[in-house]
Amino acid sequence: MIRFEDVSVTYDGAAAPTVRGVDFEVPEGELVLLAGPSGVGKSTVLGAVSGLVPHFTGGTLRGRVTVAGRDTRTHKPRELADVVGTVGQDPLSHFVTDTVEDELAYGMESLGLAPDVMRRRVEETLDLLGLADLRDRPIATLSGGQQQRVAIGSVLTPHPRVLVLDEPTSALDPAAAEEVLAVLQRLVHDLGTTVLMAEHRLERVVQYADQVALLPAPGAAPVLGTPAEVMAVSPVFPPVVGLGRLADWSPLPLTVRDARRRAGGLRERLTAVEPESTPVAVGTRAPAPLPEPPTAGRTGFFRRRRSARPAGTGDAPAPGTPAAVTDSLTVRRGRVEALYRVSLTVAPGETVALMGRNGAGKSTLLGALVGLVEPSAGTVRAGGAVPHRTAPRDLVRRVGLVPQEPRDLLYADTVAAECAAADEDAGAAPGTCRALVNDLLPGVADDTHPRDLSEGQRLALALAVVLTARPPLLLLDEPTRGLDYAAKSRLVTILRTLATEGHAIVLATHDVELAAELAHRVVILADGEVVADGPTAEVVVASPSFAPQVTKVLAPQKWLTVAQVRRALEGDR
Amino acid sequence: MAVEAAQELKGMAPRRTVHPGAWWLWSLGLAAAASRTTNPLLLGLLLAVVGYVVATHRTDAPWARSYAAFVRLALAVLSIRLFFAVFLGSPVPGTHTLLTLPEVPLPDWAQGVRLGGRITAEGLVFALYDGLKLATLLICVGAANALANPARLLKSLPGALYEAGVAVVVAMTFAPHLVADVQRLRAARRLRGRPDRGLRGLAQVALPVLEGALERSVALAAAMDARGYGRTAEVAPAVRRTTAALTLGGLLGVCAGTYGVLTAEGGGYGLPVLLAGLAAALAGLWLGGRRSPRTRYRPDAWGVRAWLVSGSGVAVAGLMIAYAAHDPAALHPGVVPLTAPAFPLWPAAAILLGLVPAFAVPAPPPPGSRPAHDVPHPRPRKELA
Repeated sequence: MIRFEDVSVTYDGAAAPTVRGVDFEVPEGELVLLAGPSGVGKSTVLGAVSGLVPHFTGGTLRGRVTVAGRDTRTHKPRELADVVGTVGQDPLSHFVTDTVEDELAYGMESLGLAPDVMRRRVEETLDLLGLADLRDRPIATLSGGQQQRVAIGSVLTPHPRVLVLDEPTSALDPAAAEEVLAVLQRLVHDLGTTVLMAEHRLERVVQYADQVALLPAPGAAPVLGTPAEVMAVSPVFPPVVGLGRLADWSPLPLTVRDARRRAGGLRERLTAVEPESTPVAVGTRAPAPLPEPPTAGRTGFFRRRRSARPAGTGDAPAPGTPAAVTDSLTVRRGRVEALYRVSLTVAPGETVALMGRNGAGKSTLLGALVGLVEPSAGTVRAGGAVPHRTAPRDLVRRVGLVPQEPRDLLYADTVAAECAAADEDAGAAPGTCRALVNDLLPGVADDTHPRDLSEGQRLALALAVVLTARPPLLLLDEPTRGLDYAAKSRLVTILRTLATEGHAIVLATHDVELAAELAHRVVILADGEVVADGPTAEVVVASPSFAPQVTKVLAPQKWLTVAQVRRALEGDR
Repeated sequence: MAVEAAQELKGMAPRRTVHPGAWWLWSLGLAAAASRTTNPLLLGLLLAVVGYVVATHRTDAPWARSYAAFVRLALAVLSIRLFFAVFLGSPVPGTHTLLTLPEVPLPDWAQGVRLGGRITAEGLVFALYDGLKLATLLICVGAANALANPARLLKSLPGALYEAGVAVVVAMTFAPHLVADVQRLRAARRLRGRPDRGLRGLAQVALPVLEGALERSVALAAAMDARGYGRTAEVAPAVRRTTAALTLGGLLGVCAGTYGVLTAEGGGYGLPVLLAGLAAALAGLWLGGRRSPRTRYRPDAWGVRAWLVSGSGVAVAGLMIAYAAHDPAALHPGVVPLTAPAFPLWPAAAILLGLVPAFAVPAPPPPGSRPAHDVPHPRPRKELA
């Protein structure tokens, strides 16, 4: 169906080809997963299928790509629109119209389908993707997961024979991701659609793939094979494969079910050992006492705020002071309550993972902690200050947020200028930020443009900028979106170090594996309310959708990560 | 094409919303009525009618929020008009002096321009009436924006103009994105510890915002291309040539006809040539639409409600124009000498006709993005450990 014949792509001005020696075929009706670390050219390979590379991006494509017998050399993307449906990484830049229903119809209108066919397919697609309630909604008001489903729906309606998806589940919560994947599975099985997709979160997708094409390194030829074969050699692999490698299972299990069947022996070996109480080294400071009961009135609260003010500019609050407290925090957005009576305390040195559906209020809670969102009722304090009433210059020393899109924080055109600006903003000694960048991101030259950094490097730079002011409370919104496993494990190391130094960390994430590795505590939000709050092991083990793969494989024992199991086995020997 | 048209007629249920063109006709009709009068009582009534219909019939969509922006703009226009009347003087002679500002002496060549000086009640009232008229016009346009999605109106364009329509739609969705970007980046400035308000803050985010907008446009163009935008159908050369001839000939005819109508000599041939030219141009447009293979999904139908809505607007405009010819004094209350404006009953009754849409069109369902949260009664408290 899709045929690459010795394809290499060189972009204008690049010294070497971005991808080289791509030579494989995707048979009709198969789901092929394109895997590999960041920056190996996955998006380029996907773009070559729809003809956007090189017709739209420029550059030189050598070799030949044919889709359903059409050569992309002679067919422009619009002439392939009836056979290839493409969804890029950012669904927002994909939308042409402004309501859900019109968006679903747009592609069919372009192809000139009959009105009754269009109507039928729009209704089918609304049902297939669970969008029926949203049909008249303006797209701008939808949550990220809903937008992703609309984007997929909008390319499904013309019934393309090939679907090309770039990270379709990265921005989605576990349940929404499963929904989207179930839809893809149905398309492949029932309609014989051919799917080629790139995805970093292999734990979500690898079991659905018929084949995996692995791009091991930039400019290296892809390795094609069954998922089990490829995962055995791949530099990127999901935790279940990690567990399989650890326990020497052959063939490697790809699903939790396969792994559970083989895990009997491992479970027995592990019964003797108790899992560590928390997945990471506990912070050096003792956990803070709970705050006074919420009956403390406004005046008392203000008095406390003054007395709890840290003396020096960059000092962490005295041990014992919670890094962040919200009390019956309610935030109204229009007529919707984005947060409802959220009471939460974060102690210094504690890492808290905020989880929950897209649109559950995670980002709003972070926004309230950093003063971007004003509470409608209740109180919020971060580092002893009321965030939305504190001047930004003062607030950065108390709380720092790395937003979902780290590049929003970056203005300058070189890394050095960015660091200098960060030092000035934070009132820190010159060179503070640069030293942090050297720690977090070794080997980045001063004159690099932040835009030329990879997703993970940009995140590290934004983190360094935020940390320059040494805020005792650090907030991260979806930090692992678009990160490969290597970048993710570097991030985990960095955040653990920060936690042991006494920083309180709150991260909003959909990534259950990250939460399992990092968090002492998990808070689950639903519809703006806290529905679960407790130690990671207890909360995630109890929840089928938030449990990491290792937990599911080794249940009822409470193991969270491969690293934890490895340590236990080593200690056992 | 013919088969599709037939299917469209028999099987396709139109959307239950009113054709956006009807809302535009309605609000333009009210605007035309507003332009006929400076009577503050009638203008106030007109504003009440528009405000009522908008309040009951607008949705929660982003474009509907533009109404507030238009109201603010109208208030700004009104205050600027008053400001000019106060500081630059008013051409209206008046005897009731309210206040005398120190007058700035101007050189001879600036004769006729006055800075400061006497402020009369007559001048102020005149400026108020005039400003109110402008403000009402603006609010009527804002109402059209709030009630009808402008993008849907553009979808009713003929096929040959479709691509121009898309360009406009994309440009219109671009502006809200830009605003959202500015807000996001200003929020990000706060995270960097810089003040997030003030002009300087705005200036510093300008470059990243424009950069982001450019990147988004490129990504959108790629997405549109990949979704078949700009596909053309094979058309016989004869059809192509006929289209060109009809369009060109039609436009020439329109020009010649207009010239004939407007000049004294061409009275005889002007109108027929104009009509023939118009017909040829329309035929050219229709034929040109065949080059595009596009079809329409659920086109807005012009139903009974659309007739009622547009009819009420047109009726208000027509009646006001007729009354203005019959009794201009009632619609333009005197300023010199200063008199209290009268309330003419018949024009007021005509304006009330503009309320027809409030009853003829069912109100949109209340926006319920998350119904569980919209329940009016307080939710049960949850005990959180």
